[in-house]
Amino acid sequence: MNTLLLSHELLVLALGLGLLLVDLWLPLPAKRKLGYVAALGTGLILLYSLVCVRVPPEGAAGYAFSQMYVLDGLALFFKRFFLLAALLVLLLSVEFADRITSGLSEYYALVLFALAGMLFAASANNFTLLFAALELITITFYILTSFQRHRVASLEAGVKYLVIGALSTAFMVFGIALVYGLSHTLSFDGLARAAGALGGNRVFLFGLVLILAGLGFKIAVVPFQIWVPDVYQGAPVPTTAFLAIGSKAAGFVLLLRVLFLAVPDITAHWPHLLMLLSGASILYGNLCAIPQRNLKRLLGYSGIAHAGYLLLGVAALSAAGRAAVLYYLSGYLFTVLAAFTVICVALRQVDGEDLGALAGLHRRSPLLAATMTLAMASFAGIPPLAGFFGKFLLLKAVLEQAPACAAYYYLTFLALAGIVISLYYYFNVVRVIYWSANATDLSPIPISGPIRLAIYACIAGMLYLGLFPGGILNLATEAVKALP
Amino acid sequence: MSPLTYILGWPLGAAIVLLLVPRTFRPVIRGIAILATLMAAVLAVKMFLRFDAAAAGYQFEQQVAWVRSLGLSYHVGVDGINVGLVLMGALVAFAAACVSWEIREREKEFYLLLLVMTGGILGAFAALDLFCFYFFHELALVPTFIMIGVWGRGEQKDYATFQITLYLSLGALLALVGLIALYVQAGAGTFDIPQLAAHLRAHPLSPGAQGFIFPLLLFGFGILVSLWPFHTWAPPGYSAAPSATAMLHAGVLKKFGLYGLIRIALPLLPDAARDWMPILAWLCLGNLFYGGWVAMRQKDFNRLVGYSSVAHMGFVFLGIAALNLVGITGAVLVMIAHGFLAALTFGLSGYLYQQTGTLEIARLGGLLRRLPFIGAALMMAAFAGCGLPGFANFAGEITVFFGAWQSYRLVTILACWGALVIGAVYMLRAIRGLLHGPLPEAWAGVADAPHLWRKAPFLLLLASLLIFGCYPRLLTDKIKPAVSEKVAPALAPEIPARPGILARPAPDRDAPQPPDASPAALRRAGAFPRNSRG
Repeated sequence: MNTLLLSHELLVLALGLGLLLVDLWLPLPAKRKLGYVAALGTGLILLYSLVCVRVPPEGAAGYAFSQMYVLDGLALFFKRFFLLAALLVLLLSVEFADRITSGLSEYYALVLFALAGMLFAASANNFTLLFAALELITITFYILTSFQRHRVASLEAGVKYLVIGALSTAFMVFGIALVYGLSHTLSFDGLARAAGALGGNRVFLFGLVLILAGLGFKIAVVPFQIWVPDVYQGAPVPTTAFLAIGSKAAGFVLLLRVLFLAVPDITAHWPHLLMLLSGASILYGNLCAIPQRNLKRLLGYSGIAHAGYLLLGVAALSAAGRAAVLYYLSGYLFTVLAAFTVICVALRQVDGEDLGALAGLHRRSPLLAATMTLAMASFAGIPPLAGFFGKFLLLKAVLEQAPACAAYYYLTFLALAGIVISLYYYFNVVRVIYWSANATDLSPIPISGPIRLAIYACIAGMLYLGLFPGGILNLATEAVKALP
Repeated sequence: MSPLTYILGWPLGAAIVLLLVPRTFRPVIRGIAILATLMAAVLAVKMFLRFDAAAAGYQFEQQVAWVRSLGLSYHVGVDGINVGLVLMGALVAFAAACVSWEIREREKEFYLLLLVMTGGILGAFAALDLFCFYFFHELALVPTFIMIGVWGRGEQKDYATFQITLYLSLGALLALVGLIALYVQAGAGTFDIPQLAAHLRAHPLSPGAQGFIFPLLLFGFGILVSLWPFHTWAPPGYSAAPSATAMLHAGVLKKFGLYGLIRIALPLLPDAARDWMPILAWLCLGNLFYGGWVAMRQKDFNRLVGYSSVAHMGFVFLGIAALNLVGITGAVLVMIAHGFLAALTFGLSGYLYQQTGTLEIARLGGLLRRLPFIGAALMMAAFAGCGLPGFANFAGEITVFFGAWQSYRLVTILACWGALVIGAVYMLRAIRGLLHGPLPEAWAGVADAPHLWRKAPFLLLLASLLIFGCYPRLLTDKIKPAVSEKVAPALAPEIPARPGILARPAPDRDAPQPPDASPAALRRAGAFPRNSRG
């Protein structure tokens, strides 16, 4: 076995453990800066990944643990994605550090462990590794969610996430057991060979549906979305940000692998199920977001809607659709992190992240106001930002399939309705920032250097992906070639 | 590099420069905005004069690949249809930047958005790539919303902002789905309009596909142009908008939907166009009558102008619905004329509002005594709006009627009657209410435009209306060949005026157009066909 295949995960784990060790000797005031070390380390690993790790050519993927772990283009794409997300989340955590009363180093380390889980998830080629990676992510997030122990909301969020997360884990294990019992294999490749004969077996299909339910919980798609608003609202801001982008993307890479690698024959018969999930999520997320006053809750509901948009690409059952999912996630990364960074910095003094607290932001900090506006515009899918091109690709992928199956047309119009509804609440945030008359506090907001850098990176990412989509689109197209 | 790239590059580049200017340098910010729009306008005039009406195809083209794998490219170019629109857009943008001295707060953001909007508008009319076309339009649309929200006026500002945002986005998204479906169904793997047109002429889409895509484009674009009954966003939106925004949107950006119909929907989906056009012809009566009637009842001058612009769109729809060379040429002419007219009217009403703080007709009166220049300009704008000969609107509207007569006689009779009589009633009543009668004491202190610099934008727009009104061939000579070349697949065979003398066999719709069709069609249909039955 080639240890180099696991280099990303090993480096991240070493970094996390190293942080915990260093923590023992550090005086209390210096611990906050440890986050910068973690971010720098993550940045170096990302740099190593970009410079030293070559994208494996098609058909020459590296395998480890008797094919349980795979390093192909798709895995590498997502590994870099997760590293970038974690880098920005760690910077955000340092900003948030003064609101965490104890165990700061553990917070940083836990973010890194969750990252390791995501890196494993990107490479899962077997239900065992899939389950282990998901548990590593989920259990770490139980702790990260309830990290502000003095806040009841944070604890409540932790408990809710724990209960519903455990339930979904139970579903998933049961599903894996059923699938294994009938097919005698846990590996995706083996299942792909066996699934053809089991396509008519109801128990086997039931097992698969249970596995999908478990993954649906991760990506927050209707009807497994019930935890989202409360957890998003209660969890510390960096945790919510990581949950919104990292956890969702991990769910999607696993979903893509299970659907298109393990059971492609069965997936081909399931477009209507996927369309149903997608349409329901788009409608539910967007409609429920309208009355929200809490920004994190609003982003939670909009996250459900975005899971629905992403499922459009999965439901299209085409390579173009899968590439669109990867592209959309890339744009979503910058957009989500930009929005949460603004929430973290601008609403420092406000408890409850009320939307009204953004009033007057354009005077307090033009940079934060502009960032939030760009993020909202990107969420809503307005050019020249990343969200627009992502939605364009997703709609194109769906419409390409439409001549064969009219249901795709209905799905397209449903997505359109969702986008128009979403404009209302995204634009409402912009309204509060720029022309709400109820501004009470007009003191300028200080922005630290690293956060300023993170904000610039997010803006640059949104604009680059929107204006020059070719580069990432090619990467995404190459990456999804790993899926037949 | 094509001059078009410079024309839209100046405003967009200036927007980036503005980002770096500190917000306290107010004269610098305003100066940059005016300079950039002036450069765009000068370059557009130069391009218009250098445009060769006799040449086929597109001129001043530039194409740069954008996303190769999807067939996206930055592709700009003009033919007779859009050269006048680009010119009109650039002139209106310059005028809009000039009248924006009324903006006194957050100037940096305002001019930034104004420049982005200008760049987007000019890009949308110059684009020859479906994606670019949509991209630039959205780029112009979003600043509109923010400008209405932040610098808008009136109590219903928030409501109007959200209404216009959601309504126009719905229209734009419907059109986007139509455009993507068109790309997918054509199967040519390109978003390039000339390539798509060539491909679809050789392999037309099935009637089913056309029948699905065309209504998407018709109603998507229709919403953007305030096609009745989807017009309700326009009057409240325009009455809440700051004058520069209303000028640019009502004058130029709104024409995007009409341009899209002429450039994309008609030539690429000709069979469906023939099926849908009778419906459009009746809907346009809704614009003309309903818009006009409601305009008669308005108490606020800006709302009145808003409804009158809804009504004027009816002429353009009628010209398009006629589906013949004369009608569509007239439609393009009305688009350009109405652009100047709407910009002029909203600019003048903005001046009035800035002086008096209200546009309620009942509270104003006798202003001509205090405002000789502004009042006279407003009166001329009203006459242009009524369709007085000498203004470009007359030339356009009469051409539309000549074109429409060949296709829909009843609709044309109703439209003539409704549009001209109703239009004259509300415009002249508004002029009487605003400019004549006793001058209320409250307005004794209002001041006329003090110097040439303030008058310049209005003079520019009035001059354009008069020049193109007295000499419409400047435009029609360019538009006609382009329409007969580009829109040919959808054009109805002309009805021979005197059977037996001028009769010629109707061209077979399914057969490819004979190469001599364009010059023949040209000769047959002058702007004023002498032998139309009337």
